[in-house]
Amino acid sequence: MESEQLFHRGYYRNSYNSITSASSDEELLDGAGVIMDFQTSEDDNLLDGDASIDEGIECMLSKFVDDTKLTGAVDSPEGWDTIQKELDKLWKKTCAASKAGDRGDSFLPHSGETPPAVLHPALGSQDRKDANLLEQVQQRDTKMITELEHLSYEEKLRGLGTHYTMTNGGNINSSTHLLDLLDEPIPGVGTYDDFHTIDWVREKCKDRERHRRINSKKKESAWEMTKSLYDAWSGWLVVTLTGLASGALAGLIDIAADWMTDLKEGICLSALWFNHEQCCWGSNETTFEERDKCPQWKTWAELIIGQAEGPGSYIMNYIMYIFWALSFAFLAVSLVKVFAPYACGSGIPEVLSAASAAGVSVAFGAPIGGVLFSLEEVSYYFPLKTLWRSFFAALVAAFVLRSINPFGNSRLVLFYVEYHTPWYLFELLPFILLGVFGGLWGAFFIRANIAWCRRRKSTKFGKYPVLEVIIVAAITAVIAFPNPYTRLNTSELIKELFTDCGPLESSSLCDYRNDMNASKIVDDIPDRPAGTGVYSAIWQLCLALIFKIIMTVFTFGIKVPSGLFIPSMAIGAIAGRIVGIAVEQLAYYHHDWFIFKEWCEVGADCITPGLYAMVGAAACLGGVTRMTVSLVVIVFELTGGLEYIVPLMAAVMTSKWVGDAFGREGIYEAHIRLNGYPFLDAKEEFTHTTLAADVMRPRRSDPPLAVLTQDNMTVEDIENLINETSYNGFPVIMSKESQRLVGFALRRDLTIAIESARKKQEGIVGSSRVCFAQHTPSLPAESPRPLKLRSILDMSPFTVTDHTPMEIVVDIFRKLGLRQCLVTHNGRLLGIITKKDILRHMAQTANQDPASIMFN
Amino acid sequence: MAARGARLCSLLLLAALAGLGTEAKNSEDVRCKCICPPYKDHSGHIYNKNVSQKDCDCLHVVEPMPVPGPDVEAYCLRCECKYEERSSVTIKVTIIIYLSILGLLLLYMVYLTLVEPILKRRLLGHSQLIQSDEDIGDHQPFANAHDVLARSRSRANVLNKVEYAQQRWKLQVQEQRKSVFDRHVVLS
Repeated sequence: MESEQLFHRGYYRNSYNSITSASSDEELLDGAGVIMDFQTSEDDNLLDGDASIDEGIECMLSKFVDDTKLTGAVDSPEGWDTIQKELDKLWKKTCAASKAGDRGDSFLPHSGETPPAVLHPALGSQDRKDANLLEQVQQRDTKMITELEHLSYEEKLRGLGTHYTMTNGGNINSSTHLLDLLDEPIPGVGTYDDFHTIDWVREKCKDRERHRRINSKKKESAWEMTKSLYDAWSGWLVVTLTGLASGALAGLIDIAADWMTDLKEGICLSALWFNHEQCCWGSNETTFEERDKCPQWKTWAELIIGQAEGPGSYIMNYIMYIFWALSFAFLAVSLVKVFAPYACGSGIPEVLSAASAAGVSVAFGAPIGGVLFSLEEVSYYFPLKTLWRSFFAALVAAFVLRSINPFGNSRLVLFYVEYHTPWYLFELLPFILLGVFGGLWGAFFIRANIAWCRRRKSTKFGKYPVLEVIIVAAITAVIAFPNPYTRLNTSELIKELFTDCGPLESSSLCDYRNDMNASKIVDDIPDRPAGTGVYSAIWQLCLALIFKIIMTVFTFGIKVPSGLFIPSMAIGAIAGRIVGIAVEQLAYYHHDWFIFKEWCEVGADCITPGLYAMVGAAACLGGVTRMTVSLVVIVFELTGGLEYIVPLMAAVMTSKWVGDAFGREGIYEAHIRLNGYPFLDAKEEFTHTTLAADVMRPRRSDPPLAVLTQDNMTVEDIENLINETSYNGFPVIMSKESQRLVGFALRRDLTIAIESARKKQEGIVGSSRVCFAQHTPSLPAESPRPLKLRSILDMSPFTVTDHTPMEIVVDIFRKLGLRQCLVTHNGRLLGIITKKDILRHMAQTANQDPASIMFN
Repeated sequence: MAARGARLCSLLLLAALAGLGTEAKNSEDVRCKCICPPYKDHSGHIYNKNVSQKDCDCLHVVEPMPVPGPDVEAYCLRCECKYEERSSVTIKVTIIIYLSILGLLLLYMVYLTLVEPILKRRLLGHSQLIQSDEDIGDHQPFANAHDVLARSRSRANVLNKVEYAQQRWKLQVQEQRKSVFDRHVVLS
């Protein structure tokens, strides 16, 4: 209820204050590396331009009434004087204007009337008079609204402009003229620094304003019409371009990565740009043993020392492998360091930007999974419109990638499984066991990786990022080469583990003892006893598993963009394949056990080890990221195994439960916390019964809140305040005595506005008054010109009363992506709640030391 | 500027790839691959032939047939034939684009880290060298972005605008590098 009301207010906020306040240093952005502006257009507004103008004007006027009301409600004699003066002044000016011609008759018909008398409040009858006064003001404004309805838009605006200029107490040419404000924003106001939270509510307001302006001009000329059409389409255009670019880049990356992987091994002499497989595209080597060899493809040993076999060539290949691995690593880290330092944030930016849908869509060939991924992980401010646009971006990206066809198999992914063998009920047990393994791995990985990253962040070790990358690469290369399963490209490894052993497979994983004379049809191979090749493969896989588990802890978070999805999946796939082969052999040798009896007769194909690898991969990924829905969708899109949703669901759910038992955070949340981004996670529930007054600053023992008053501070005062404090925004109140809230001004805006005023406006000196009010107070004649900063004032900051439950406040912050919220009591400003206050409070209620949360 | 550059690159790439799509297919780029498992005393074999999709089956591809007439059907039942196509031009162009982007970046990187500080030292001359000693002592690339920025602000023609944008980008990257690598504030 309350949040709804607040939202409603936000909807109308700043309608006549178009240049709204800018970003603050207050919050670090919750990690948006690529921020797609999905809010650029309000296409639904295209047709109702005039309606929204009226709405805007009505809103302006009612706002004016509100402001007057506020003034009128001041229960001190000065307040009454002020309003009387203001009303008189307004009245005189409007009369003067209407008498001077210029549409006066139609604009204000009651020009001949006497000004409304406002009586000085006598004690005791204050309420009645208060009501009386308000009624008058409101009547007048209602009348104005009705009058204005007959005028055209320009006339309305002009009328309003005059109106406001008048209320500004003379000086008609001053910069507060409404139209001037719309046209010339102060440069720099309204922009964001890196890693700062985007104020979506404010952006939405600004966008509405811009849209209204464009729509109002629409009918003027064909050019304006085109502009408005472009405006309506720009959001979709951006999304389309994003999709196109992601698709094309994904194609480029797929092809180039394949090529570079094989470059470590050798090179295609006939055409340098082909990888191993493409090089041997048309080769006629017909035997199974020779299938990977062709004359065009040369290993480095063949090229350098001229022999393809023997220990010498092995060592030569080993050396070249390490050499290439090190040079790629060095290349990557120096490119990152010189051109794009932010690229080293492994994984976190991709989580929170809406463009991640397109990214995941092409990176993993899972368009729907990508959209769901951004929905599940982009936790706040995700309107449906964004969902549709992400969906569209994912579609375009997938389409582009498909047309490039980087894998040559007409699929988006490398590991597409083609088997459709059924699974049986008893297999749920090993699947759940794999889920447990995934959860344990996830918990271990998160702890170890965070501990390592913390070490890197806080100790001397972090001073040598380049060296670290090189060392990790060297160790990986040295250990990886001897084991065929780690030497392989990880995607290839996953593909091999996912594949079922048909009769055509040549890898040692499929070295079963075959019954040569069986005349069965190819598709249905019965369970077979494992051959020596399988046993040695299992040993190698175990070693690979240990190696991968250890290395992944160190590689994630390193200063090159290194991923998490593929290594986690590889670990799960290795574990799953081992379990799968074990269960298969168990079923073969003990097919009379009661669990196997029903399904696994001799000669029946009942266990598919590839399926276990798939389930294991999903479980491990689930344990690390704690995703559920989107993960299952991604995996089944990735593998095309639609039949296997139930095993996947069982494993992913188990892994989430097991992981959550050891610590509730996923890897992304853990890294967000490690880096101290003030991020309110939508997944955490807030269940305490505290009130806003318990959380807000200042506390009882603290010094009073740093505030600005609307018209009696000088430029110097404000500059001192900015220099002395580190706050990122200041509430503006009417006066120190009344403490009534006027608005909120952000530090960044204040600094920029004062700086630009000192440069560009004449007569602004340190002792100039700063005025946030609509009219300047009467100043002595010799005093310097006042600086008007109403344009940077946020006139409708979010407020809650001190008795609002924190549960609701937290919800407001999450749903709207707020950065701060003011707390009032009986309309007086009491304090402020920032997102960091909430996070500290949450840490406190969770019995953590609130000081342990680092914020930058 | 970096963002603009990236956009330009991706647009170029898009255009290149769009052009490729319409190009006539290279006849070398299709193959029908049949994998035949061991059968009786014949070992497994792989057959590879450049035929159209409708002809991609064991009977057309496996030549010469290793088994006598009556066994052909049984042998062919076990073979798995796959029709595959690729675009060698796409691969070629992609790798060339990739390598040229990489090469350009590398060259620019070398220029920024090695050549520019030397040039700057020579241009500044000896008199200023003493004054701005601490400035040059910083061997980070872009270390001089600040003063160039200040100088270029005063003049205004197209070339200077480009220079200004470049310096602004340098400053941004420098700031980012500081916050990531030195202060460990973000993205640890």
